[in-house]
Amino acid sequence: MNLIPNSQFLIPYTLHLADNNLILAQRNSEWCGHGPVLEQDIAITNISLDLIGQARNFYQYAAQLINDSPVPGSETTEDTLAYHRNDKDFKNFLLVEQPKGDWGQTILRQFFYSTFQHLLYQGLQNSRDAQLAAIAAKSIKEVTYHLRWSSEWVIRLGDGTEESHNRMLQAIDALWVYTGEIFQVSDFELEAVKNNIGVNVSGLKEEWVKKVKDIFDEATLPLPVSSSFHYGGKEGKHTEHLGHILAEMQYLQRAYPGVTW
Amino acid sequence: MSIATKISIQKIWQLLEEVPDPEVPVLSVIDLGIIRDVKVNENDLEVIITPTYSGCPAMDMITMNIKLALIEHGYNNVKVTSVLSPAWTTDWMSEEGKLKLKKYGITPPNPKQQVCDDNLFTPHEAVQCPHCDSWHTHRISEFGSTACKALYQCNDCKEPFDYFKCH
Repeated sequence: MNLIPNSQFLIPYTLHLADNNLILAQRNSEWCGHGPVLEQDIAITNISLDLIGQARNFYQYAAQLINDSPVPGSETTEDTLAYHRNDKDFKNFLLVEQPKGDWGQTILRQFFYSTFQHLLYQGLQNSRDAQLAAIAAKSIKEVTYHLRWSSEWVIRLGDGTEESHNRMLQAIDALWVYTGEIFQVSDFELEAVKNNIGVNVSGLKEEWVKKVKDIFDEATLPLPVSSSFHYGGKEGKHTEHLGHILAEMQYLQRAYPGVTW
Repeated sequence: MSIATKISIQKIWQLLEEVPDPEVPVLSVIDLGIIRDVKVNENDLEVIITPTYSGCPAMDMITMNIKLALIEHGYNNVKVTSVLSPAWTTDWMSEEGKLKLKKYGITPPNPKQQVCDDNLFTPHEAVQCPHCDSWHTHRISEFGSTACKALYQCNDCKEPFDYFKCH
């Protein structure tokens, strides 16, 4: 009956990849014009731009899958996916929707995410799904820059002044509880893995912790030994922060549907 | 009747040499290495391009400019298709393009193996000043005014300059 059995997990899986990038890009872009120095303002907004571009590729693919599926709805585009969905439809990590905090918190979040993204896309570029593989192979070059930049900043701030060191400790306290979710396999991820399309994220945890620990050691920052984690983002159960992001990001299209420049 | 008989692929490539990159107008889309193929299909002419960076805002404009340039020469039914794989690399930039970049005041990309990995605090690669040719330069920021550039400064002539970073 369903001509594309893949779509049942492939659409949410692709949206999950897109949503993570879009929401983090939106958060990072809040620094535009407010960065600590001009060069780093440019860096964080360049990273936002890369993430939005990657999100667009995933959304375009998701839109194509949705439009191809045998149950026709109204036409879906990358824009309707970004601007017309409600918070419960978004499948991003809780980590990426948290407020940007101070520069230390923004840096630490980017570092956690880029480290993960780098591992994820290394696997995803071998996906059986040619389009996901192509997006991953394209994106990983950009992610490599983000990873190097954010790692260097974690070291610089952690091993910097007493003030910057303490800010990083606070950032770890604020964000570590959201890192567990990344490696908890959701239903759509499990199906994607079974079909050799997705990456088994639970298998990336050890490597991720090792890489984070290497950088934390250099940054003279402690790796939290244990923690209870918050879950739910992949299933659409978000913190209150996502609603605020969407209210701002979607306002224009909600108020004036279909408006263009 | 197929339109293939009337179209010279070579002529299309020549026309594309005159379509500039909107961000770095001294480079054509050919110099950039983003034109992957030109095909004459049953009903249209297809130009296959690949994006430089995922978020490069110039790509939409490049697509439009390609169509406009070809329409101007009478090719009305043009389709521009974007493909992601294989991913674009600065290795595809033409040698002529690299010379044009330098003349324009932007240092062309080094061979990519130098810095495109995730090693931290890598020694800054040797990047030549496009103004005085000194190799005595330093990096100010890995991210610049567009996605494809990094910001450098020359230690000798003191001029800041853009470096088209390896990718």
